[in-house]
Amino acid sequence: MTESTPPKVPGEQAAPPKPAPKKPAMSLEKAQKARRKFLQSLGLTVGVVGISLLGYAPLADARSARLRPPGALDEADFLSSCIKCGQCVQVCPVQAIKLADITDGFGIGVPYIAAREQACDFSCDAVQCILACPTGALTYKKPEFMGVRDGVQLAAAPILKAKEKDAEPTLNLKERIGVARLARPEACLAVQGKGFKGQARGATFKGQLRYMEVDRWKPIPVADHPYELELCDLCVRECPLKGAIELRPIKAADGSERMTPVVLEPCVGCGVCEMVCPAEPAAIVIDAQAPWKA
Amino acid sequence: MSRFIDQIKVMLGAAPQKPEKVSEKVQQIMFLKYEDKDRYIKEKLHARAHHETSHKWRNRRWAVLLVTNLLFVFSFWLDIQLLEGALTASRFAGFHLIDLNSALQVMLAHKHIIVNLFIGTFTVFLLWVLLGGRSFCSWVCPYHLLAELTEKLHLKLVEKKWVTDHEFHRGTRTVFWLLFSLMAVLTGYTVFETLSPTGILSRALIYGPGLALGWVFLLLLFEVFWSRRAWCRYICPIGLTYGAVGTVSPLQITYHVEHCFHEGDCRKVCLVPHVLDVTIKGRADEEQIGLGPDCTRCGLCVDTCPTGALRFEVKGLSKLL
Repeated sequence: MTESTPPKVPGEQAAPPKPAPKKPAMSLEKAQKARRKFLQSLGLTVGVVGISLLGYAPLADARSARLRPPGALDEADFLSSCIKCGQCVQVCPVQAIKLADITDGFGIGVPYIAAREQACDFSCDAVQCILACPTGALTYKKPEFMGVRDGVQLAAAPILKAKEKDAEPTLNLKERIGVARLARPEACLAVQGKGFKGQARGATFKGQLRYMEVDRWKPIPVADHPYELELCDLCVRECPLKGAIELRPIKAADGSERMTPVVLEPCVGCGVCEMVCPAEPAAIVIDAQAPWKA
Repeated sequence: MSRFIDQIKVMLGAAPQKPEKVSEKVQQIMFLKYEDKDRYIKEKLHARAHHETSHKWRNRRWAVLLVTNLLFVFSFWLDIQLLEGALTASRFAGFHLIDLNSALQVMLAHKHIIVNLFIGTFTVFLLWVLLGGRSFCSWVCPYHLLAELTEKLHLKLVEKKWVTDHEFHRGTRTVFWLLFSLMAVLTGYTVFETLSPTGILSRALIYGPGLALGWVFLLLLFEVFWSRRAWCRYICPIGLTYGAVGTVSPLQITYHVEHCFHEGDCRKVCLVPHVLDVTIKGRADEEQIGLGPDCTRCGLCVDTCPTGALRFEVKGLSKLL
């Protein structure tokens, strides 16, 4: 027996008159409208939150890490602390820093360096991008509680070749942003025993470098600075840091004496070697965010 | 005090309520207004006939919005270094300025606040207390301008009955604000920044366009064909953050019931028409009422009102003078 169908009681025991049904708070039509509005609002919420979480996808993607500007915090901290304003982009004298697009998901508007196109050559002398960062995503001094990954701390403050004779020759940089690696020794001109003549990256290449012998303060296009080398040593010659890379003798497969670039501990991963390497694609590349391994 | 709380509730999504008690002065005004119906109608028609359509405030606002955004652009392009950065964070003549909502996202995601971040955020907080909170939306935000222009298209289509406006619950924005804050805390990423058309447009203007503009385009399409001003009205947490600042801002648009004919022209042009519910006959309980924190101080209602019942005012200043 259900309550909704009260038994009909005949005769004397008539049920007491029911109280008049309360007037509903709103009409049926209004209630339906409110319901529809609520459901649509819920749909909108789920939809937009869902779209926003798509930002995870590029991070889950196992593509190679981005090379971040000098002084960048570790990747997760960097992405969370960067306010995506591009002030680092604005101060860079060689426009090495670019901002990522929406394809980087949560990394949208976050700065990176495409070293092959334009490396950081430290021609600002003082790591201006760190100075410009308002949130500490790029920093001279990382808060201690954040910790340092193994092989990322530099053994000593890097000495800038351009400032070697100055009273203060070092860069205020404590961690490396990556490490150079001779990825394709077979393509390396030095390993092949070849020299190099002409523009390092061809006449149309837009990348710039500071050449101390040309202008201490103004970087010029690499294309405006042709070379004539008996043996190609561009990566060693143009490395802005002291003792970060050198040519060492090796024995080639045919037994002849050859030279090969060897990356050393002071390498911070600025990418100049990758940019100037005349092999196509570059024989030497930067492993972004990689630690130094002896 | 109760109006202060009520207006905050309305900003968070509650429907505006009818006043429980109307002041005697207002009762008197309403009585005099409607005492002689013929005179009332004559006055109304007279006011309409003499109202010159003005775009004074809209033009000023567009000029400020364009100049501000172009100042960012030219500071970089011409290297004049006056306003460096983007809308999310910048430096004006060296002083840090940091967008309140972006700062909030970074603080919640990163959970570490350095001095410059704090200084920049506090400076901008003070600035928008002075300038009216959500006035950021209508006087600075580049998406607001785009949405304002495409809104005209939406209204044309509505007029031709090709599309209808689908209203969502205004409380949705509050839910979004909470969700985006929560997601920042939990994921450690500034999740909202990925979608923020304000950040995307500002960066696109300064650093060049990218694929992210596609998302902004989709938002505009949604607004044209589905729901009028949907992003600003129902989603954008930036508006709510600046709205919170606007609760204590003395710069307001005020409503003077004495001059109002309760025709509702103002509500038709308004992005946030719920703040103008006081202009409905019988809703005003005081002679002069500030429109509250959710008002973007865009001035469209001021331009539209034929009788000067809506005015820009700085609270306390008129008493001082």
